[in-house]
Amino acid sequence: MRIKKSRKKYGGSLGGDIAIFVLLTLLGLFMLFPIYLSVIQSIKPPEELFLFPPKLYAMAPTNQNFVDLMNTASNMWVPFSRYIFNSVFVAVVVTVTQLIFASSAAYALSKVNFPGKKALNKIIEVALLFTSTVLFIMQYMVMATIGIIDTYLAITLPYIATPMGLFLMRQFMGQIPDAMIEAAHLDGAGHARICWQIVMPNVKPAWLTLMIFAFNGAWQITGYSFIYNEALKPIPTVLQQITASGIARAGVAAAAVVILMIPPMLIFVLCQSSVVETMAQSGLKD
Amino acid sequence: MYIEDNKFRYTLMQMRRNIGVYGLIAPFFILFLIFTVIPVLISLPMGFTNFNMAQFPQWVGLSNFYSLFLEDEVFLKAIENTLVFAIVTGPLSYFLCFILAWLINELPGPLKTLFTFVFYAPTLAGNIYSTWQLIFSGDTYGIANAYLINLGITNGAIQWLTDANYIMGVLIVVQLWMALGAGFLAIRAGLQGIPRDRYEAGAIEGIKNRAQELIYVTIPAMGPQLLFAAVMQITSSFTAGDIGRFLTAFPTTDYAGHTIMTHAYDYGSIRYEMGYSAAICFVLFAVMLFANWGIKKILGKYLD
Repeated sequence: MRIKKSRKKYGGSLGGDIAIFVLLTLLGLFMLFPIYLSVIQSIKPPEELFLFPPKLYAMAPTNQNFVDLMNTASNMWVPFSRYIFNSVFVAVVVTVTQLIFASSAAYALSKVNFPGKKALNKIIEVALLFTSTVLFIMQYMVMATIGIIDTYLAITLPYIATPMGLFLMRQFMGQIPDAMIEAAHLDGAGHARICWQIVMPNVKPAWLTLMIFAFNGAWQITGYSFIYNEALKPIPTVLQQITASGIARAGVAAAAVVILMIPPMLIFVLCQSSVVETMAQSGLKD
Repeated sequence: MYIEDNKFRYTLMQMRRNIGVYGLIAPFFILFLIFTVIPVLISLPMGFTNFNMAQFPQWVGLSNFYSLFLEDEVFLKAIENTLVFAIVTGPLSYFLCFILAWLINELPGPLKTLFTFVFYAPTLAGNIYSTWQLIFSGDTYGIANAYLINLGITNGAIQWLTDANYIMGVLIVVQLWMALGAGFLAIRAGLQGIPRDRYEAGAIEGIKNRAQELIYVTIPAMGPQLLFAAVMQITSSFTAGDIGRFLTAFPTTDYAGHTIMTHAYDYGSIRYEMGYSAAICFVLFAVMLFANWGIKKILGKYLD
């Protein structure tokens, strides 16, 4: 029996689609509200910040808060560019190394048989629970012992080997047919070459997704408790300092919040479109 | 004896044959050992000591654990709050992850991308505590207060972030707002990866509506992603109170939003009583492992 191809899956109707759309739009507005509010606050002139009742839009939008942010920032102990450099440096190092380390380990754990593999797989599954939020006090003790507190190592090394990254890559690589790997073996390719030249191009959605997670996580590293040297601190700590200075800086704090949320969103939008694209190409999309 | 010897030799041979593989896993697992395995494993022995980071740890036996459970009333409050957070935000956020991912997947292509971004945006925006402080500010400039007063629902400003009656509620709302993280994306990806012919087969077998399709076709094909999302949501539900450190005063009024995590932070990062803090961490790890084991037992039955 031939089945007629249609755009949609079989259980749906147009009416249902519209109901879902309306529901998601309402919920979506709730999700976006705090983000919208941050943006609005950042473009309000000072006199509008303290109106009663507070307005949910700006009557006379201004870029004054962003200008003030740059001025405040340039009067700090170290130039603001230094904080930007720290954040970008940490985010790039953590994202890239996590991608490389997690992918090669995931290839070994899903596609190669070697003694110890089963145990490592089990450990990773349990370790998914232990994120850096849960571990950071115990990590502090370890880092103090090996003497890397107050160095770049303290805000990069602990965030690289995340069980989640390895787990994610492993799940996707498991779907690659073994025959493809064996064929490469017969051609004389070693493990490293198979992993990087054969497996990785086939799991593009997986590492793009990991890149989103890794960058987002790394961008939010504050170095709180790990870093005391002002010259090594990433941007989120500056934001905390501005917020801590109270209501007078409310607009400037909102401007900092907005600037800080742009890079992860940009990365997500860029990667998300290629994820969908790749899935369409591989025939996985419905 | 002979067989064991053979097995040993076989293992050695296998190891030698795959020697390159150990090079591939080494970078990851060395860092993993230092920053995940060791911190978890030393929490128990450290919990038996007094340690202030300056002097060598001093062995005190069970005294930290004794104080925790029998003398430290704040800790008992923290356990209670942690469980409330976990029981409310854990299942609720898991349900939200799944339902929203499924609803999004029902829509046509461009809308899928748009809504995925909208619901994941809070995770990307991250810790926008200053905006939440503005919403729940205790004076009439606070958005929540202003609108409640204007609509005549309340008469005066509510101290959302300092009144012990409201702190838990506010923290739960904020936690749920940013709960659609990795678990949500994993379920989205899983839904998109279900082969089309499964739905076609389902249609032939007489599936009439979305609900039947969800139960008979979609959920059975999603086992691994559903389990992964469950683990992710448990983890974040146990650390839920952590946002209180930034959002409200620390510690919260009457310890109303105090959790095991924030208690460990209090002793570890403020008072430098590392031994006591390690004991608290050990309890947290044990509770999380137990919850994880329970979830796998329950979900495993349905997902395998």
